[in-house]
Amino acid sequence: MAYDKFNILKSSAVPLPIENVDTDQIIPARFLKATERKGFGDNLFRDWRYNQDDTPKEQFVLNNPIYKGKILVGGKNFGSGSSREHAAWAVYDYGFRCVISSFFADIFRNNCLNVGVLPVQVSPEFLDSIFKAIEKKPNTELEVDLSLQKITIVDTEENENFVINAYKKENMLNGFDDIDYLLNIKKDIEAFAANTPL
Amino acid sequence: MSKTLFDKVWDSHVVKHIEKGPDVLFIDRHLVHEVTSPVAFLGLKNRNIKVMYPEHTFATADHNTPTRNQHLPVKDKLSANQLKALEENSKAHNIPYWGLGHEKNGIVHVIGPENGITLPGATIVCGDSHTSTHGAFGAIAFGIGTSEVEMVLSTQCIMQPKAKSMRINIDGDLNIGVTPKDVALYIISKLTTSGATGYFVEYSGKVFRDMSMEGRMTVCNLSIEMGARGGMIAPDEKTFEYIKGREYTPKGAEWDKAMAYWKTLYSDKDAIFDSELFFNASEIEPMITYGTNPGMGIGIKNGIPQAETVEGGNATYKKSLAYMAFNEGEAMIGKPIDFVFLGSCTNGRIEDFRAFASIVKGRKKADNVTAWLVPGSHRVEESIQEEGILDILQEAGFELREPGCSACLAMNDDKIPAGKYAVSTSNRNFEGRQGPGSRTLLASPLVAAAAAITGKVTDPRELMQVEAV
Repeated sequence: MAYDKFNILKSSAVPLPIENVDTDQIIPARFLKATERKGFGDNLFRDWRYNQDDTPKEQFVLNNPIYKGKILVGGKNFGSGSSREHAAWAVYDYGFRCVISSFFADIFRNNCLNVGVLPVQVSPEFLDSIFKAIEKKPNTELEVDLSLQKITIVDTEENENFVINAYKKENMLNGFDDIDYLLNIKKDIEAFAANTPL
Repeated sequence: MSKTLFDKVWDSHVVKHIEKGPDVLFIDRHLVHEVTSPVAFLGLKNRNIKVMYPEHTFATADHNTPTRNQHLPVKDKLSANQLKALEENSKAHNIPYWGLGHEKNGIVHVIGPENGITLPGATIVCGDSHTSTHGAFGAIAFGIGTSEVEMVLSTQCIMQPKAKSMRINIDGDLNIGVTPKDVALYIISKLTTSGATGYFVEYSGKVFRDMSMEGRMTVCNLSIEMGARGGMIAPDEKTFEYIKGREYTPKGAEWDKAMAYWKTLYSDKDAIFDSELFFNASEIEPMITYGTNPGMGIGIKNGIPQAETVEGGNATYKKSLAYMAFNEGEAMIGKPIDFVFLGSCTNGRIEDFRAFASIVKGRKKADNVTAWLVPGSHRVEESIQEEGILDILQEAGFELREPGCSACLAMNDDKIPAGKYAVSTSNRNFEGRQGPGSRTLLASPLVAAAAAITGKVTDPRELMQVEAV
């Protein structure tokens, strides 16, 4: 499924300074029953965001109007657990285009890249600087520049470079997905399959 | 050049290597279930393309299915809708579909090996993180997202960079009462849930050589819980014995040809791993988790660790204990429990039911415990009946449900109520995993059985018939 191109994102951010945020928190299994990719943002962090009677939990960051923006900042080992792409869909559908953490779980990172959410891995120190900057000033702006592979805290100009493989970077800059690539080399795949005992 | 087992299987499946990018990896077997596939099939429909190799794609219903009255229409409308979508998509693309009621129906990671779909040296994917289970046969098997499901359906390939390699060696003999589940929970407690992220793990050493195929599946299944993409064990005579004669296993000359290849599947003597770890079997005790991720496990007789001794965030640790309503330093033994869940792709096979039955035989289920015993497949269910295990369970006051993922992720009606404690043989103790507000203690089938009998966390060795020395 195509997604918006990603180049430079300048936005305030929503802080979630908790470690090991797992995909069951990002979207609980009972909300995985759709047969279309629609409406997952409503259930992003469902059980942290709402009480069982569906009233909002006021202390949760997504319910606090002073925090907003297109960037989600999470603690170490963000997205551990299941392979459900619905977690990445929920993040995207809610309006986030970038997740920052000091460490990502493997499948979640991959799913993000496939749906147009940029996972930016920073050092633990830089993550700490971001959390502190937001704590001091909730509307602190961050600038994520994919071309330069650089993230900057706008006010202080503190910055750090991040890693992304060249192929995925090109895809995100252009809004391409892997299926387009694979369909283009289908002849190679067929030739390979002919020589493989499958 | 010397190669690891992982290198051998991966390298032989690379269609194309992209400079500074991922490999295009060819997939031999694609397992499909109802929850992570509908959007992928929709993608194919939008592009007007068909599944490239339907004969290597297999579909089953497991995640959201009820474990009672499977002969009746599924009451939950959304679940029924997903099941209908998979049935229709399978039909439209000529994929074998083993839906509710089909004799081969069961949890995707249980029925793959049962039917000989899982083979050594194969690449196997499924839109489910516990696909790592199939690594027990020396396959490269891992979970993928729905975009990747769409890629495999349409091109039989995915695009991923090659993972780093890790070898976990455990030699020595396991203590009495220590099962493959305990071995895995022990490793995860040492590595944490992110300790193997970015790696593909090979398990090596006497402990794994001595393990049954089902035990190996349990260990490989939990590889994802240490962050690894997958885990694998070199195939041996036990592996070949297990797969021989199963429905989709090669036969005759094809078998001989396959065997010649499979026998090359081991890590070369001087192969170098990016990371190598060693543990000692004698140090592993029956394990139980006390927190909200699978890395928060301890030997069952130990106390809950103090926050300052735990690596990582103090705040995160305390939040976790608060959710469980446990305190630092408390003993796990003796904690009252409300539910027991035996089942899942981790521990829903016949050996798990045998282990559970060995403890409950001649005893009675505690009155305060609700027990859900859910076989991993119809074949497991049949074995439970044929081996007389069902009689043992029923005499002890238990009933058997019908196959499915059930309370492992609580997508169906099998939800642990808020605030209740469940000793579960499944794989995740995340907040709300088994139902909103549920509290999960992960453990082996033996520990689950001991809890079901006593109504509290109990060392299963106290209930085991230990032979006099």
